[in-house]
Amino acid sequence: MKLTLKVWRQKSANDKGKIETYPIDNISEHMSFLEMMDVLNEQLITEGKIPVSFDHDCREGICGMCSMHINGEPHGPDRGVATCQLHMRKFKDGDTIYIEPFRAKGFPIIKDLVVDRSAFDRIQHAGGFVSVNTSGNTQDANALPIPKADADTAFDSATCIGCGACVAACKNASAMLFVSAKVSQFSLLPQGKVEAKRRVLHMVEQMDKEGFGNCTNTGACEVECPKGISLENIARMNREYLKASVSSSK
Amino acid sequence: MATLDAKIPAGPIKDKWTKHKNDINLVNPANKRLIDIIVVGTGLAGGAAAASLAEMGYSVKAFCFQDSPRRAHSIAAQGGINAAKNYQNDGDSIYRLFYDTVKGGDYRSREANVYRLAEVSGNIIDQCVAQGVPFAREYGGLLDNRSFGGVLVSRTFYAKGQTGQQLLLGAYSAMNRQIGKGKIKMYNRHEMLELVKVDGKARGIIARNLVTGAVESHSAHAVVIASGGYGNVFFLSTNAMGSNTTAAWRVHKKGAYFANPCYTQIHPTCIPRSGDYQSKLTLMSESLRNDGRIWVPKNIDDIEAIRSGKIKPVQIAEENRDYYLERRYPAFGNLVPRDVASRAAKERCDAGYGVNATGEAVYLDFASAIKRYGKEKAIVTGEENPSDSRIIELGEGVIEDKYGNLFQMYEKITDDNPYKTPMQIYPAVHYTMGGIWVDYNLMTSVPGCYAAGEANFSDHGANRLGASALMQGLADGYFVLPYTIGDYLADDIRTGEIPTDSTEFKEAEEAVKARITKFMDNKGTKSVDHFHKLLGKIMWDKVGMARNEKHLKEAIAEIRVVREEFYKNVLIPGGAMELNPELEKALRVEDFLELGELFACDALARTESCGGHFREESVELDGPQKGEAKRDDTNFAYVSAWEWTGDPGQAKLHKEELEFNDIELKQRSYK
Repeated sequence: MKLTLKVWRQKSANDKGKIETYPIDNISEHMSFLEMMDVLNEQLITEGKIPVSFDHDCREGICGMCSMHINGEPHGPDRGVATCQLHMRKFKDGDTIYIEPFRAKGFPIIKDLVVDRSAFDRIQHAGGFVSVNTSGNTQDANALPIPKADADTAFDSATCIGCGACVAACKNASAMLFVSAKVSQFSLLPQGKVEAKRRVLHMVEQMDKEGFGNCTNTGACEVECPKGISLENIARMNREYLKASVSSSK
Repeated sequence: MATLDAKIPAGPIKDKWTKHKNDINLVNPANKRLIDIIVVGTGLAGGAAAASLAEMGYSVKAFCFQDSPRRAHSIAAQGGINAAKNYQNDGDSIYRLFYDTVKGGDYRSREANVYRLAEVSGNIIDQCVAQGVPFAREYGGLLDNRSFGGVLVSRTFYAKGQTGQQLLLGAYSAMNRQIGKGKIKMYNRHEMLELVKVDGKARGIIARNLVTGAVESHSAHAVVIASGGYGNVFFLSTNAMGSNTTAAWRVHKKGAYFANPCYTQIHPTCIPRSGDYQSKLTLMSESLRNDGRIWVPKNIDDIEAIRSGKIKPVQIAEENRDYYLERRYPAFGNLVPRDVASRAAKERCDAGYGVNATGEAVYLDFASAIKRYGKEKAIVTGEENPSDSRIIELGEGVIEDKYGNLFQMYEKITDDNPYKTPMQIYPAVHYTMGGIWVDYNLMTSVPGCYAAGEANFSDHGANRLGASALMQGLADGYFVLPYTIGDYLADDIRTGEIPTDSTEFKEAEEAVKARITKFMDNKGTKSVDHFHKLLGKIMWDKVGMARNEKHLKEAIAEIRVVREEFYKNVLIPGGAMELNPELEKALRVEDFLELGELFACDALARTESCGGHFREESVELDGPQKGEAKRDDTNFAYVSAWEWTGDPGQAKLHKEELEFNDIELKQRSYK
């Protein structure tokens, strides 16, 4: 198929940036969106132009590195997938496709479609862990039975790939879904209980410091999340936060 | 030809590791903070090592090329992690895991290392559970297990089809705790481009900041390479796009021997390629072979009808299907090891029975499992006389619980519904058993330079069993390297900080800058991918699943031509002092082009067939094993460790003879 691509080009963090138009032809419906971008870049290189920079790595929807805003949606029109698993069969011959970076105060642009998501790492540094040292003498794994339902729900929260689509989809650029997924995973498991208060207070404090907005329950994050992380996580984090705030002075 | 000393401790195999840990030198806690360790790569091995070393008190500097350590490609591992816990009471033990791993590796791994791996496997599960890794559980709240190819017990722990993700996020969380404390300094979006040696010892690295383009010197008392495997030498593989050999290859060029480069795992269950634009291949977890049956049509007429779309696979009657793994290997059936399953698929497709347009696909069919599970479920839930469609509905629910995310991924990529029609699969490059040669302490042949995880060579021999990669990465990172590195560092407590203004650092930095300038100034016309694809095609066609002397010699000559052409004609747009993905790729492909040649030379020198390395000249000619791979223990029971001499085609071979004292070498039969 034949497409018109409108791609955000920005040389560096300080450059103003603008949309450039690129016509592209011979795109197969079996291609992934990123393979279509590869074709565009090969074309640009042949024409002596600078190819479009974009983040990507595993190309199977699990590393969370790819991050485009496609036709106004993070990871594009398909549901339950990252950009790398979006296929061109979701588009029609003759379509115009707008491709922009994730936009949020907490995710400054580095170049073209590449943004800096290190704020997510810093939120995890603040408390996204159980404080256990490596040791050959931790207790036997089966000494701590965990109800299957709790383990399964914790797993669902833990499948977050940290891509940042939730932030990009939110009108407040809120990171609540991302942060609450980690808080939920540990609050559902006995291993995480000991540090529960400290964890939620510190992670939320860091989240605010990074400039992410608050949650106003629009639910856009849940819709765009490639892993289907549920809004229930935010409710759970709010409960954890309230509990920790009234019962602890850190 | 020199022989190599692997420094395997003396004594009975079951006591070696304990005794060794008691014998080696320790570093006083107060001195550990004066010692810097660089860890390159933040996957299971690198992440676990960085976190553990920092917990012990060392000052760690960790590097990854991705934007966060959580993105390392360990994240994509699907199926599970082995451990000899014997929770299922099926007779599993450390010895049995050790035995299966050595046998599965076709007797080309180092016994002492594998035994240690099996010994610490249980600790890994304990450690991960303590970190809050949400493994699959049974209703009683205890951990669930499943079985994997090549073994007869259920010892695989898993978290749906996302085990690697959950284990990596566990290691990442342990790292985060140390980063928050300032014990790990994390360098994201940095790529190691050179190892720096001072007085013969590894003392630092040169890395490029991928955002600013700055070439930086970083010093340490020891350097750990945990940069993964080199499967992307084939261009198409299940590896991530950024996975590369550069850190490993640069260490090799500074004196570390490269072991068994030709041992590559071609994984049997991947989604077949669909066109020339294809950028990578996607794995479907081997766990699917627990319930999926592999087949192709028996009659060549049916093949043509299927390819032209006249009939659908579900219309082919049971008696007209060839379940070739069940036919050839009745004892293991669909659960034969990966190398055996891959070659069997290739054999059928080469014979003309491939089921898609390219002729490179076989079916993986869940219809029988869906019926079986549906019936079981109806009994459990007390439904009487369920209809066939109800049974299928119930069965599909069970399959969804087990493999839901894999089925969804398959459907997203192929637009086919695998609940209703069999999956199409074909083998693809997945894992590299070869890697940097290390001794028992995981130290390379460069003093102070270590290699862990897929980047080293030691535990999987010529073929890796399913669910063993995660085990080895975490064993190295959590439980082996943090101890063994202390033995070396005990001598460094008075050394003090290593300065980066020495001649050695300056020269290394200049050399890296010169390489970058050479690429930027090149007046070529072709993209980096153009050359990478050429290399990949040579590797797949001539150094792939089946190898012979003629093709290997051709491959070596052809790779040299591509390499020459690459230097002459590659075009790198943009500048060096900015984010420049084309420059990053060029620096990686440069190293793949050298590694590819050594890889082919290694395959040429090993005239036996073993594990993933199949030489067409070395097969059983008659008897019950007719047509199967023929190993040659008399002449090839050694590790090939290659020393860099300035040209990959002229590398010098060192042999580490493999001694098997606790396992009898036998023909690997899965019949």
